[in-house]
Amino acid sequence: MAEISMTVNGRKVTGTVEDRTLLVHFLRENLGLTGTHVGCDTSQCGACVVHLDGKAVKSCTMLAAQASGSEVTTIEGLAQGAELHPVQAAFREHHGLQCGFCTPGMIMAAVDMINRHPEGLDEKTVRAELEGNLCRCTGYHNIVKAVLAAAEAMGGKAVKAA
Amino acid sequence: MHQTTYHRASSISEAVKMLKEAEDGKFVAGGQTLIPTMKQRLAAPSDLIDLRHIGELKGIEVAGNTVKIGAGTTHAEVARDAALAKACPALCHLAAHIGDPHVRHMGTLGGSIANNDPAADYPAAVLALAATVHTNKREIAADDFFVDLFETALEDDEIVTAISFAVPEKAGYAKFPNPASRYALTGVFVAKHADGVRAAVTGAGENGVFRAEAIEKALVGAFEASALDGTTVPADGLMSDIHASAEYRANLIVVMAKRAVQAANGG
Amino acid sequence: MGIEGIGARVARKEDKRFITGLGRYVDDMVVPGMKHAVFVRSPHAHAAIKGIDATAAKAMPGVIDVLTGPELKADGIGNLICGWMIHSKDGSPMKMGAWSPLAVDRVRYVGEAVAIVVAETRNQARDAAEAVEVSYEEMPAVTDAARALDAGAPQLHPEAEGNLIYDWEIGEAAAVDEALAKAAHVTRLKLVNNRLVPNAMEPRAALGHYDMAEDHFTLWTTSQNPHVARLVMSAFYNVAPENKLRVIAPDVGGGFGSKIYIYPEEIVCLWASKRTGVPVKWTADRTESFMCDAHGRDHHTEVALGFDADNRMVALKVDTIANFGAYMSLFSSAVPTYLYATLLSGQYVIPKIHCNVRAVYTNTAPVDAYRGAGRPEATYVLERTVETAARELGISPAELRRRNFIREFPYQTPVIMNYDAGDYEASLDAAMRAADYDGFPARREEAKKRGKLRGIGMSCYIEACGIAPSQAVGSLGAGVGLWESAEVRVNAAGTIEVLTGSHSHGQGHETTFAQVVASRFGVPLDQVSIVHGDTDKVQMGMGTYGSRSGAVGASAIVKALDKVEAKAKKIAAHLLEADEGDIVIENGEAKVAGTDKSLPWAQVALAAYTAHNLPEGMEPGLKETSFYDPTNFTFPAGCYIAEVEVDPETGHTDIVQFVAADDFGNIINPLIVEGQVHGGLAQGIGQALLEGCHYDPASGQLVTASYMDYTMPRAGDLPSFKVSTTNTPCPGNPLGVKGCGEAGAIGSPPAIINAITDAIGTNALDMPATPQKVWAAMK
Repeated sequence: MAEISMTVNGRKVTGTVEDRTLLVHFLRENLGLTGTHVGCDTSQCGACVVHLDGKAVKSCTMLAAQASGSEVTTIEGLAQGAELHPVQAAFREHHGLQCGFCTPGMIMAAVDMINRHPEGLDEKTVRAELEGNLCRCTGYHNIVKAVLAAAEAMGGKAVKAA
Repeated sequence: MHQTTYHRASSISEAVKMLKEAEDGKFVAGGQTLIPTMKQRLAAPSDLIDLRHIGELKGIEVAGNTVKIGAGTTHAEVARDAALAKACPALCHLAAHIGDPHVRHMGTLGGSIANNDPAADYPAAVLALAATVHTNKREIAADDFFVDLFETALEDDEIVTAISFAVPEKAGYAKFPNPASRYALTGVFVAKHADGVRAAVTGAGENGVFRAEAIEKALVGAFEASALDGTTVPADGLMSDIHASAEYRANLIVVMAKRAVQAANGG
Repeated sequence: MGIEGIGARVARKEDKRFITGLGRYVDDMVVPGMKHAVFVRSPHAHAAIKGIDATAAKAMPGVIDVLTGPELKADGIGNLICGWMIHSKDGSPMKMGAWSPLAVDRVRYVGEAVAIVVAETRNQARDAAEAVEVSYEEMPAVTDAARALDAGAPQLHPEAEGNLIYDWEIGEAAAVDEALAKAAHVTRLKLVNNRLVPNAMEPRAALGHYDMAEDHFTLWTTSQNPHVARLVMSAFYNVAPENKLRVIAPDVGGGFGSKIYIYPEEIVCLWASKRTGVPVKWTADRTESFMCDAHGRDHHTEVALGFDADNRMVALKVDTIANFGAYMSLFSSAVPTYLYATLLSGQYVIPKIHCNVRAVYTNTAPVDAYRGAGRPEATYVLERTVETAARELGISPAELRRRNFIREFPYQTPVIMNYDAGDYEASLDAAMRAADYDGFPARREEAKKRGKLRGIGMSCYIEACGIAPSQAVGSLGAGVGLWESAEVRVNAAGTIEVLTGSHSHGQGHETTFAQVVASRFGVPLDQVSIVHGDTDKVQMGMGTYGSRSGAVGASAIVKALDKVEAKAKKIAAHLLEADEGDIVIENGEAKVAGTDKSLPWAQVALAAYTAHNLPEGMEPGLKETSFYDPTNFTFPAGCYIAEVEVDPETGHTDIVQFVAADDFGNIINPLIVEGQVHGGLAQGIGQALLEGCHYDPASGQLVTASYMDYTMPRAGDLPSFKVSTTNTPCPGNPLGVKGCGEAGAIGSPPAIINAITDAIGTNALDMPATPQKVWAAMK
């Protein structure tokens, strides 16, 4: 068993888990943070994306023990109280979600993407940057729209055409 | 995943010691290949020795005509490095197209070449750049490093610490991704060195990454895409699967080589 | 009406929980004492089970029990069934082979469940599952439906000789043959409709809980229709009687048809909970989803379409072999018959149509309805043939379609369907305008200069939504009625709850249904709640599939609203001392028309519950129920135009433009309708370009068992879509709506392939048009 401790959504947490426990299962089962989802076994769907020390990673492709000592942000930690993060608000406004299952990973990926592109985003870049996130409902059309709108709202420039 | 025991090493020597003490241990760097493999129960190391927190494995150094990249440097770090972008932009381009953004935040150069997946991108660059692979024990020439599918010259307790290479005159990488996995269905890295041209192919060979002689020969005279018009490579020895027959891959090798040369020549 | 009512572009009410990570899916559920299940699955496509030894597995850490098929049978759990009876043309009933939830003596596809392991943790269950020793005797397998009909092919079920489930036909073969013989031109094609894996992003899951104290079962499951699940599990599988079984489908992460069916795992988890005395949770991993979720499509078809000298269609002949997989899934039999052949008239006047369908067993996962279900297959057959015919006849594809459009409604096709309304020319014109169809030759020239082959293709589809009426589908073999129910509860303070038998797994019912209610009484949207997905809360319902929630589910709500409104008017008239006929309810008030007398809506509601002053003889309360059975299908239609560029060196296809012009009748929420179209398009384009389920023909192994090999559409594979709508309201339901959930998946595949074949100049191309295939076709 591994003794692990990390900061999740600003809160210090500890736990004793099997060494083989994945970070996503530690978050979901030990911490009850079920917003982070598992949609595949091969690290491709991105439903499990969280931020580890400020960077988007796949929490299904990492042991909880590997993340020990790190700071983790999950979808539950994104909004400031009742105030939605601009990316969350944009997903709602632009209907960037349907069943909602891929949404937490999409939003965490989008926040990371926008952070890495302070110069702004265009449609082509957003589509390329979504390589690691699968959605089966929206055809991505409104997700792309939402990310561009959020990038603009967060101060970057959103260029419409590629 | 089968049971395993996790260890975190803070130095190379500690990592080696941990591995020696383990029954059937394995090093893990970014874990972007190993963890999924373990999840599918296709690998079951008794112990995992985490190299991610070893400071001496990280960093990119461009000094004069030589580039040295620490094995623990992530794909995202390679993709975004300003000095490297001047010295060898093709390598930044390659790193920027491995996996997806989340994978690039974790995956490392050392992990990629030590695993030697036949469809990984880095092996093509290392081979075409005639890089030297530095380990905790020795230096290995790229030509001697990649042995076979998922097989390298590394010994069990040997850790890749860095790669280094002389800045090429020109270099380019073009990849045709597998539509499903987005690994290279065929990727070609071409590099024009003072002493000749090297072209390495990943994703296509039955035995993993290899140098494409026909491509290299055609480019010796003129390092131009048009120099490859009419060049063919044999389908023998190329992989065949539901996504691409050997013949299709043979075609892609030439097409990707042309595009890599175009990229090397500035698009 | 208004900013929140019918027709308003309202952002979804349900989004708040999803964007904050507070959605509640089955795998998120935890009940005290819950344990975890993993299934032992067949590694073989076809084998006899000689024995199962679970001794070692049962002794492993954390293991509570290992249960097998014989134990399940001994407890009287029934076989899975197909609920739609189809008769072959010789009058014999379809041949249904036995499908036990856990295999007893034989396995017939890779992934078939053989045993369940229940343990403290999922990892422990997985460890133990590997230790269950099943002794198999391998048998030869067949995965291709046409091969399965060959003499000497491996035989799957003793009930179905030659692997033939049924040999069904519609229309008159002789008349069609005669018309084709006389035709001025006949276009013939052989087409494959590729097998797809639905891939809802949420894998299926089940949590079964047997409460010994109450002798009562609860099942949390990823279902599109929890009431049907309860009905089938009690009536056919003997898991528990309906009054002892509660089925809850909470937030469900996409379905696309794959979560209609009642699968072995749900049944086994419930049964195992009773056997082990602990709540049992199972969640599929993605590879299990690939192996075991019902797949879609998988047709081989030969088609002949005849024209007279004026290029008018005279007859259509279609011969289809449909791969059903190893067992008949719940609605499988209806898909290539009444959901397929009945749509073969498309948007055209075709005087004579004949279609023959042979349904066949193979050693593959069961096949059933997947987004569109039969209608994409019909559209693909017809629209590829029409486009090919236009090329052969040297006439523009648009012109050939125009010449043959149905223009008068209602229109009775030769294949059962009676189209109630439509304007096919309007959607064709809208699409051609949006696509700048006339500007295409210049764009093709420009692309040529860049070394790209540019092509354009169109597809004019028809679909039938809201399958109904119950009496008619019953006469065609359906085992259930296809109505929908609604209960509208006005609370004492005027807020409203609507209980619906529809189920939302992404469609946005909590918003659109609330808009319907808000429109009626002018109450704010946030005072209306939609309740669904729980058999303990909602009266009987039929669930969501076949784009039926608007046309049938919302219509049921309207019918219940009618009753509520009538009663509310009576109450208001009584309180306002006015004539009932003079009361109007709008903007949250009951008013006496032409006066300034009014009552707030909340006061009318309160009066209904205080019952201090009601009209003589009126019962207290304001709550009404309706069961709505439509009189006909609805018939959405539209025109899609795809424009592609093919890289001649690699065969890679880029979609440079995709235009969709749909006629969905009236629209409740355009934002949501557009989203449905986008998603359908992505799945249809995925089928055309990317997705193909592949079994190794020799071993029967599933080659595309993960996202490493099965190509899911990603953001970078798709363009932004140009969507628009035209409107001929549906005359058959109170809202005039038609349904929009499947259109995108139905209309887009032929448009894409027509565009690629236009670009590369050959008609011989099957889906998915992968780079390798397109490259080979160009050679």
